[in-house]
Amino acid sequence: MIKINNAKLVDNSLVDIEIDNGVITKLGKAAGGKAKDGIDASGKMLLPGLVDLHTHLREPGREDAETVLTGSVAAVAGGYTSISAMANTNPVADTAGVVEQIYRLGKSAGLCDVNPIGAVTKGLNGEQLAELGAMADSIAGVRIFSDDGKCVADPLIMRRALEYVKTFNGVIAQHAQEPRLTINAQMNEGSVSARIGLPGWPAIAEEAIIARDILLAEHVQSRLHICHVTTAGGVELIRWAKQRGIQVTAEVTPHHLLLTDELVENYDPIYKVNPPLRTEKDVWALREGLAEGVIDIVATDHAPHPAEDKDCEWQAAAFGMVGLETALSVVIKTMIESKLMGWKELVDRMSIKPAQIAGYKTQGQSIALSSVANLILVDPIATWQVERSKLHSKSRNTPFHGMELPGLISDVIYNGAQSMIASKVVKVASGSNE
Amino acid sequence: MITGHLLSAADLSKDEALNLLSTAKELAAITDGPNKKLPTLRGKTVVNLFFEDSTRTRISFETAAKRLSADVINFSAKGSSVSKGESLKDTAQTLQAMGADAVVIRHGSSGAAKRLADTQWIQAAIINAGDGTHEHPTQALLDAFTIKQHLRNDKSDLTGIRVLIVGDILHSRVARSNVLLLTKLGAQVVLVAPPTLLPVGVGDWPVEISYDLDSQIEKCDVVMMLRIQLERMADSFFPTEREYSRRYGLNSARLAKLSKSAIVMHPGPMNRGLEISADSADDLKSVIIDQVKNGVAVRMAVLYELLGGAQIGDSK
Ligand SMILES: [Zn+2]
Repeated sequence: MIKINNAKLVDNSLVDIEIDNGVITKLGKAAGGKAKDGIDASGKMLLPGLVDLHTHLREPGREDAETVLTGSVAAVAGGYTSISAMANTNPVADTAGVVEQIYRLGKSAGLCDVNPIGAVTKGLNGEQLAELGAMADSIAGVRIFSDDGKCVADPLIMRRALEYVKTFNGVIAQHAQEPRLTINAQMNEGSVSARIGLPGWPAIAEEAIIARDILLAEHVQSRLHICHVTTAGGVELIRWAKQRGIQVTAEVTPHHLLLTDELVENYDPIYKVNPPLRTEKDVWALREGLAEGVIDIVATDHAPHPAEDKDCEWQAAAFGMVGLETALSVVIKTMIESKLMGWKELVDRMSIKPAQIAGYKTQGQSIALSSVANLILVDPIATWQVERSKLHSKSRNTPFHGMELPGLISDVIYNGAQSMIASKVVKVASGSNE
Repeated sequence: MITGHLLSAADLSKDEALNLLSTAKELAAITDGPNKKLPTLRGKTVVNLFFEDSTRTRISFETAAKRLSADVINFSAKGSSVSKGESLKDTAQTLQAMGADAVVIRHGSSGAAKRLADTQWIQAAIINAGDGTHEHPTQALLDAFTIKQHLRNDKSDLTGIRVLIVGDILHSRVARSNVLLLTKLGAQVVLVAPPTLLPVGVGDWPVEISYDLDSQIEKCDVVMMLRIQLERMADSFFPTEREYSRRYGLNSARLAKLSKSAIVMHPGPMNRGLEISADSADDLKSVIIDQVKNGVAVRMAVLYELLGGAQIGDSK
């Protein structure tokens, strides 16, 4: 049994709770004073465990960058109790066999839920549908499908995928990037790219696909999820789609909420990411979109790369940034400290809504009696300095190195067992009870 | 006196640029004499690190370094791309071990020179000899030198001079460096190109933009023609060679419209008959050969200042 005393909920009430057999068994107004046993949560917020719908775990294929286990440890360190493994592994997660392999690796790591995302097309080739039904029916129970890293560019394939997944209430998560408009693209196309001479990735290349796909989703009455929206125009299109009642959801990454393309000026590939960092105007549109709920969720797009893939010239470098361990802090900094939204909204965008989109039943639950105990404790005031060498991920490619960020996670409870104690990740057996 | 590295024309203040040009002039005067060599950089090692073929630029730097008595190592890394296991970092560390004092780098990636300067891979002074579609600062210096030589006296800057830069601005490192340097020196710069060959974001540059060469040709002092690469046609930046040449090429009809004192420039190598007709290239108004000659002088000045050679003559 785990007891937590004097924890603050998002409605500012103070509670004592007890967890047994993986669920919350007792929940009441805090008794106050110094409790004899249990975790003293004074000054801390108790939140449902975070849920990520966009995580690159690199296993199978690039275990030098990340494994399901190291990614799980990084997830716990960042307050996640559920992550979603993107399909662009090697081999690609485009069959029941591969998604089951990843699912089992997640189970044996046992630190958080690892939900495989299935590829939309075979080998991410954009030409032929992968066996979506087989992946849905597998023990991994895949519901999100994505060719992320690549765009499902062919409108007919996209249409078919959107239609096909309706049989099992699946959703297509689109990496919106018109390939012909982004040949060899290296960074946001605009004033900075013009000056520093890097091939541009225009906002329109994202917006054209978003516009097309929301119309397709409307036409076939299916669910569409837009990965990592980065542009003000993208937010505008999704707002329009929602007003029309189209079933579209969208995510934004922490790095796109904080960083801009001005950082590319020195050609340090730590800032190389796809889709690219945009302008100040886009950053503000994304923050407002997230606060408003036009953008439904925050997703990390955690993309680990080994050192040599970033310790080189810009064009030779890999796209991507690690993000699991800094996501919560960056969202606190950009959204709560800026007073754009409160903790209730943060919990909605980082836990409740992502779990709903993906259909993760034991995740993103409200903190209530009988809820599955996937919980985290966060000191909202305490700050910490990001030190890349101290990341739990196997890779070090964080753009936030050296930054002082708010929000220190002290405890993580996964399925009723502690996977983090006093800010240290600990090994738990999945679903075990104390 | 400039110190550290030369990565971008933006690194130079107006005074530094003008001083560098006068140093170049003095060095040129000396090496024009009977004894072409100065002992200034004896014992220093200059590496020409070329990841792209450019015999002209390499020879120019090599000549400059040798006239200052530096030891020169030519390191042609072309073909040894990252995919073949030869990374910029590995190469830089090799050169560091060889004791390079200066590295002149030509690389296909924008920012490669800046990366060499910013990382701990190598300690040498870095001179950008062309990085991707970013910059080529010594080309801008030699162009400024050449313009001054023909149109201005020693002491003055380029105020009042109107320069047309014509062609593929989008992919041109020569254009970027020249815009930065020539405007800093007071010149008015007009970029003339089809919209496909102008970068999105060019509106922030301190220049005028024109799509129409004929509307500009009569009122300029300098017309600088950029090399057009034929593969741009395949990528639909323009329809055909012929159409490009007709609309943006310098031909005898346009040459005739130039003012009496105007000069014609080209960074080379030229596509005769495409962006510049043979008779324009060889016309009396053409200073293309002077550009090549001045390239050596300007690069001597850059090496001289960056490698801290002893004072010469009355230079500051
Ligand atoms: Zn993506």
